[in-house]
Amino acid sequence: MRSTAVAPSPHGIRHRRLLVLLGLLAGLLLAVALSITLGSKPVPLADAWHALTAPSGTEHDIIIRSLRVPRTVLGVLAGLALGVAGALMQGHTRNPLADPGLLGVTQGAAFAMVASIILLGASSVLAYIWFGLAGALVASVAVFALGMTGGRGGPTPVTLALAGTAVSALLYALTSALVLLDEQAMDVFRFWQAGSIAARGSDVVWQVLPFILAGLVLALVNAPALNALSLGEDVARGLGQNIAMTRAVGVAAVTLLSGASVAACGALAFVGLIVPHLVRPLSGTDHRWLLPFSGLVGAVLLLVADVLGRVVAPPGELEVGVVLALIGAPFFIALVRRRKPVRL
Amino acid sequence: MTTITLRIAALSWRLRPRGVLVTVGGVLLLGLLMALNMRLGDIRLSVPEVIAATFDPSSAAHFVVMELRLPRALTGALVGAALALSGAIIQSIARNPLASPEILGVTNGASVLVVAGVVASGSAYGGASGLLSTLGIPALSLLGGLIGGALVYGLAWRRGLDGYRLVLVGIGVTAVFTNVKFWLLTVGDVNDTGRAMVWISGSLNGRGWEHVQPVALALAVLLPLTLLGTRSLDALRYGDDTVTALGVRTNLSRTLMILAAVLLAAVATASAGPIAFVALAAPQIALRLARSGQPPLLSSAAVGAVLTTGADLIARTAFPLELPVGIVTAVLGAPYLIHLIWRARK
Repeated sequence: MRSTAVAPSPHGIRHRRLLVLLGLLAGLLLAVALSITLGSKPVPLADAWHALTAPSGTEHDIIIRSLRVPRTVLGVLAGLALGVAGALMQGHTRNPLADPGLLGVTQGAAFAMVASIILLGASSVLAYIWFGLAGALVASVAVFALGMTGGRGGPTPVTLALAGTAVSALLYALTSALVLLDEQAMDVFRFWQAGSIAARGSDVVWQVLPFILAGLVLALVNAPALNALSLGEDVARGLGQNIAMTRAVGVAAVTLLSGASVAACGALAFVGLIVPHLVRPLSGTDHRWLLPFSGLVGAVLLLVADVLGRVVAPPGELEVGVVLALIGAPFFIALVRRRKPVRL
Repeated sequence: MTTITLRIAALSWRLRPRGVLVTVGGVLLLGLLMALNMRLGDIRLSVPEVIAATFDPSSAAHFVVMELRLPRALTGALVGAALALSGAIIQSIARNPLASPEILGVTNGASVLVVAGVVASGSAYGGASGLLSTLGIPALSLLGGLIGGALVYGLAWRRGLDGYRLVLVGIGVTAVFTNVKFWLLTVGDVNDTGRAMVWISGSLNGRGWEHVQPVALALAVLLPLTLLGTRSLDALRYGDDTVTALGVRTNLSRTLMILAAVLLAAVATASAGPIAFVALAAPQIALRLARSGQPPLLSSAAVGAVLTTGADLIARTAFPLELPVGIVTAVLGAPYLIHLIWRARK
């Protein structure tokens, strides 16, 4: 940008980014308010405020405090995690179609968790979140290995997307073999696979919180190095970067973020894919801004999708994973149709 | 490599000796596997017993062989051949060894409508309500396959067809189908879910003659037609401009061939559910065995039949519980796809 004659001054860019940041925070606040008040039983904003500040045990208070608040907090956390994870994956693989869901990380976590439920009798989220993380780690490393090696050429977006499809298909087959043997696990698995943030207690929120926070910190630490890396590995090495270290921190962050959100909410595709594309025009390619913006937009997107799923088919609900797929796939297809598959 | 030219009236084909060899070898291996399939199972039969059971209706094993094992084995072989043929056509047109009907939304579209049917009718599949399972499931599957294929094809069309765009649009549409499928599974009763899950993994359990007939019919009609189209398929790999100069109507012949591929995959899915990776792997294996530039259609079909029959033999006999054949093909096929991608990097 700076090489063009009419580029705005660095000061102007920073000013604009701060404004965008404020706008996104306001958007998130609005989404949170919608998520707390809307649903099969709408609660007026005043009652909701009352329930949060001075609960007195009314029906509205119970709905808000035991159902809506944990659900909303989980939505914000998972949205932050998936948005940042998507931006990180796209940055590291330099691939515009990278997404934890499409690239098999989600199915990796799913397989490990189902295996732990059936083979080891794990029953609480805390017991199987570790397995989810381990599965996500193995799948991330596999996808990153397929996505980043190969020297100058590297794999095209098509190849990477297909690699993700292959890894997902393999893990999915193994998972379904396991659940076909065990009806109880099948019952857990089918709800999990649809992807939802409903009916998770606040204990689940507390259990995944440390993992997501750790992942977010690692992601932010990774941002400057990722900027250097996007100039190419040779340039980054010349600038004194430790490439292996940067990659390792990136994989760790993606694993923590997607593994934890997947363990808590199930398969939520497309957040990580869409969000960075929405954010890039606002943030530019600087990952120090791209990552936090992606997190905020991810949280807004997830909450809005969840609220939509609650209100489109009353009194029933559409799982947020389904709504996200219905929003995300047209976006993905438009992205693919717009031009030839590009490299970032 | 030497080729022999076969001429009938105005039409001519080039026969590669290696391709013929692969096809003949595949058919022989298929015969062997099917014979094994006849023998193995809960009741083990010797070869003379199988032969006796086949021709003697009064024999004790007649029912087992003629009503259980033979239709199942035939369904497997025919479905495998149809899927592989479909994959070979799509890979030739997309000019991409990684394309297949499951990526193009055909098999997943079929799954979605079948699951919807199972869930909507309550406790349905598995024989409870006869009409739905004998007529409804295949019809829904066919319809879903056609819709899925049309959707991907229509969305990927933009002033002509680009192989890569086709694959990527297919991945996007497939992702939606997968999510809708799982949402439908959460709506239903857990017992129905179990049955639907077996179906959407691709299974040959309890397949009878009514499952053999539609695939046999589709292959009988479409195999000769696609072989007639081989000439334009061969030309299509040179890129649109060259092909037009060679006098092939690119978009028309491409559309007809894709239609044939979609029909083959949809009919196969109607009979056995979406059996994963056969359509993808079989043409690539046939191509390597026959050492040809493009997936050879007949050899691919033979390899597909062998793969599916072999996988069903494993699924039926190797585990304490009978697994859906699609799980075995996925566990074998996905690493093969990853291997192809790994090689394609270089």
